[in-house]
Amino acid sequence: MDFGPYLLLASLEGAVTAAVLALTAVGLSLVFGVMRVVNVAHGEFFMLGAVLAWWIASHIGGDPALGFIAALILAPLAVGALAALADMTILRRVNYDPERTIVATIGILYILQQVTLMTYGPEARPVEPPFNSRLALPWFEWGETGLQMYFPWGLSTTSYKLFVIAAAAAVLMGVWALMARTRIGLLMRATQLDRDMALAFGIPVERVYAMVFGLGGALAALGAVLIVPIQQAHYLMGGDPLLLSFIVVIIGGLGSLPGTVVAAILIGLSDGIISVFFSPTLAKILATLLVALVLVFRPEGLFGMKTR
Amino acid sequence: MSETTKIVALHGGLLVLLVTLQFLLPAYHHGNLARIMVLASFAIGYNVMFGYTGLLSLGHALFFAAGMYGMGLAVQYAGAGPVVALLAGLAVSVVVALVVGLLALRTAGVGFMIVTLMFAQAGYLTILYFTTWTRGDEGLVLQQAQRTIGSLDLSQPGPRYFAALLLFAICFLVTLWMVRAPFGKVLIAIRENEERARMLGYDVFRYKLAAVVISGTLCGLSGAAYGLLFGYVGATFASVQYSIFPLLWVLLGGAGTVIGPLVGTLFMFYLIDLSSSVTSAYMLVAGVVLVLLTLFAPQGLVGELRARVWRWLP
Repeated sequence: MDFGPYLLLASLEGAVTAAVLALTAVGLSLVFGVMRVVNVAHGEFFMLGAVLAWWIASHIGGDPALGFIAALILAPLAVGALAALADMTILRRVNYDPERTIVATIGILYILQQVTLMTYGPEARPVEPPFNSRLALPWFEWGETGLQMYFPWGLSTTSYKLFVIAAAAAVLMGVWALMARTRIGLLMRATQLDRDMALAFGIPVERVYAMVFGLGGALAALGAVLIVPIQQAHYLMGGDPLLLSFIVVIIGGLGSLPGTVVAAILIGLSDGIISVFFSPTLAKILATLLVALVLVFRPEGLFGMKTR
Repeated sequence: MSETTKIVALHGGLLVLLVTLQFLLPAYHHGNLARIMVLASFAIGYNVMFGYTGLLSLGHALFFAAGMYGMGLAVQYAGAGPVVALLAGLAVSVVVALVVGLLALRTAGVGFMIVTLMFAQAGYLTILYFTTWTRGDEGLVLQQAQRTIGSLDLSQPGPRYFAALLLFAICFLVTLWMVRAPFGKVLIAIRENEERARMLGYDVFRYKLAAVVISGTLCGLSGAAYGLLFGYVGATFASVQYSIFPLLWVLLGGAGTVIGPLVGTLFMFYLIDLSSSVTSAYMLVAGVVLVLLTLFAPQGLVGELRARVWRWLP
């Protein structure tokens, strides 16, 4: 394959990563924006979404589409409920103190991960995609007889991958509408701006917090359900999404949703492209160092406001 | 009894107890205790930053691994003897701690936690990236001949126990002396109220940097000793898990106490040892303990003891 078609292929793979990453990172960003806490267990909510998707799909049986649709609805709901429960039983009790919350969510991370290991086991298991036809992509080149169209060998994507990108875009629009156009979103934004003032105006801040934490977990789970037909479900799969979401959320400005989405597309695409042409480990080293240096040299600018 | 007498009696007594245990313990627990003392030294190093200065780092695996790989690579590729290699590991960890401190201390709170986490992750990935030399996850195995100082064979249980005890005693006494000296009092003042310490005229940044370097050096020394005593240098020791462990041990034992790290490490080691005979998912115990600690005993075991009984504990 020539360089051009190869780059297109890498970008398409990157776009799928970016779509899922955007969902996961928006969940993390919402939690930080509204609650001002860092949820280290976010990657495990992602992992639980994937594992539950496999469990639901394998129990429903029949047409793969049926199981997939059930998983798409049920897995985020279940994970969201679990996250809200964790918020009410644990985070509320440490009073959302930033440092104690991080320690508590590290604990939640290990509990979720190890319980999955004990019940689901160490195997990696796939979920069958509801539809998966191969689409060959054309490539245009300026030849002797003008513009030519041909199908390079190996340049293809699947209908399912395109569906992932479209579905993620639709969900992100939904999240935006929720935040900007509904009463719930208004309450969340009010709590984000000034917790005490919101409380004084009679907003049930604790319930808003539980809801935001649940929504964040559900978004991560939704991203995982979408990716699990491409990538298998495994109990350790939460590490990479957590790290990448951190990177995206910090680069995009913690708590800013449009910034998060733009950064997700940027990081997802460049991760896809760099991993194809260079070593994936090198790409991750550069990305983690970039985040550390951004935090060191531009902390206020990228955190939205000063921490603590 | 004056306060100083009590402190000397308690901490000196603990060291004497550790010396006598060498002759009393059965082989299995004897080996465990040597390992626990090295890991407790790591926790003591972590405690200097977290317990006394109030800096919560999520990246201490970086310092542990810096010492370990500084030592291991010197043995493996430069043919250095154990003592020279140990010094090499120490030097590497001092440099790493200085660089991380200079950069990370520009942030505070959650920012500091994420920056240290990211530096440690970058360090871990770097070790994996240079697999040709570091052997990545597989790790380097140090041979018996490479671990012998004169006629002292560190791969034998007896000398190993005493080397571990020596390391532990150094870290233990250094912190005990430090927290009772004016320097340690300033660190505690920074932990309690950074603004006030600054108003009183202390150069807070320099004190915090010193705390990071001391902490990183003690952790690097423990890492180098761990590799030397147990003959293995691997990338696992640079992973996130080994940044979480010292936090867990210190929280469990009691942050800001001198004996807390040992108590926490001992407790957690045997908790995991017992549970791993029941299930392979032994990290579940660590998770549950972390959550319970943040909820019910943020002071840890020794911290609760200090709050209720022994108010004089340093």
